Amino acid sequence: MSAADARRPRIGVLAVQGAVSEHEAALADVGARTTRVRAPEDLAGLGGLVIPGGESTTFGLVAGESGLLDAVRLRVDDGLPVLGTCAGMIMLATGIAGGGPQPLIGGMDIVVRRNAFGRQVHSFEAPVEVAVLGDPPMQGIFIRAPWIEQVGPSVEVLAEHGGHPVAARDATRIVAAFHPELTADRRLHRLFVEGIGQVAAGTEHEEDTVVGAQ
Amino acid sequence: MSDDVAGNGAQGATGTDAVKAGLARMLKGGVIMDVVDADQAKIAEDSGACAVMALERIPAEIRKAGGVARMSDPEMIMGIQEAVTIPVMAKCRIGHHVEAQVLQALEIDYIDESEVLTPADESSHVDKRQFTAPFVCGATNLGEALRRIAEGAAMIRTKGEAGTGNVVEAVRHMKTITQDIRRVVSATPDERFAIAKEMAAPLELIEWVGLHGRLPVVNFSAGGIATPADAALMMHLGAEGVFVGSGIFMSEDPPARARAIVEATTHWDDPDVVARVSRGLREAMPGLEIGEIADGGLLQTRGW
Repeated sequence: MSAADARRPRIGVLAVQGAVSEHEAALADVGARTTRVRAPEDLAGLGGLVIPGGESTTFGLVAGESGLLDAVRLRVDDGLPVLGTCAGMIMLATGIAGGGPQPLIGGMDIVVRRNAFGRQVHSFEAPVEVAVLGDPPMQGIFIRAPWIEQVGPSVEVLAEHGGHPVAARDATRIVAAFHPELTADRRLHRLFVEGIGQVAAGTEHEEDTVVGAQ
Repeated sequence: MSDDVAGNGAQGATGTDAVKAGLARMLKGGVIMDVVDADQAKIAEDSGACAVMALERIPAEIRKAGGVARMSDPEMIMGIQEAVTIPVMAKCRIGHHVEAQVLQALEIDYIDESEVLTPADESSHVDKRQFTAPFVCGATNLGEALRRIAEGAAMIRTKGEAGTGNVVEAVRHMKTITQDIRRVVSATPDERFAIAKEMAAPLELIEWVGLHGRLPVVNFSAGGIATPADAALMMHLGAEGVFVGSGIFMSEDPPARARAIVEATTHWDDPDVVARVSRGLREAMPGLEIGEIADGGLLQTRGW
């Protein structure tokens, strides 16, 4: 590995279930190295973490069992930068409106509503203006998507759709209810990775994930 | 595709290819479980299933009962939709576009046009492009998969042989698709015309596969998966997730087996995890040797 490679941030993608390879491809496009995170030890040396879309109940159960959820929570509370899309956004919320209890990572001062836009036949795509990314709007792909129902003072809303916040950030976290990883638009991933800056990546498990492999 | 007012006043285009195929991407690495009532659906959700398939009888029971197998009672499907927050799928008969319309009216998250039910049309499948709800279809080889995708399927599952608890057909179909893809990738452009003809698949989809080396949509494995090791095996062979039908609720301890199959699907390349979760699950479902199935009893040969 070259010295330049070593300066590229290494980003973990939570790989319990869901759209993992899509985020790996997006992260590679913006110059990050990626690692799949399935066990607590996979978190060593990461400069950031992506929690992909998938089923949040599956994430909570499978990652809860292995101690992975607790390990992620520790690192995230400690300031590890995180990008969460759809189910990833749900996992980072402190609460779920109108929902039963389910294991979360928490830590971001938002309350979300799961499946807020309805079942799959109501899933949709629409342009979403994300002010910090400028023009043109992102093409938001909303799949059984949640929205943000309450926002605390530490959180900045980045975008709204239909009067509901659908993207937000705080000091270390960026969340979106839609799926930029399903489009070719890399601006949100770039915003995340550039925010991490030149954080020195870890030294163990250096082999890169083969991007695009299933 | 249509311009529609989504729930709660949000404006956007529903039923687009990105939205239909996108949900399948969110299911990757997960287990979709057959359930016949709300209680089983809860067990599936609490075990980490990424979706459930609502049906009146699981395939092993359909196989035993004989007769015509049809779409499930909407009442029963709605009960399952009420019980869980994960996506709910349901099956329509091959070519029965009215059953598919009913399932879409019920706001089913994915429609499985399935060979497990008795086909309604002996020559045509449903024109799935006309629907807002996405479809998953079975396939035994690349040509069949691409025909279904051309008709609008947003997800493929290898057929296997449902209701047998015997993984051999699932393995055969997954390997066949992988081998077919390798053949298309290594073919010259002019050879691909001949392959398209031979496989009875649209040339442009054959060319897409040649360029990308994979199916254009997510591909799960189904039909005969009964143990955590079966699920992990299918992931090793390139499945992006698994459907488990009779394998869970025909076994002696469904919650434990469901949980174990979910773990094995996530950690398919870690034999230590597969070993740990396989311990003490009690009896799997009774299996069926494929050779013992009477002539005409194979479900995988349904569909054209």
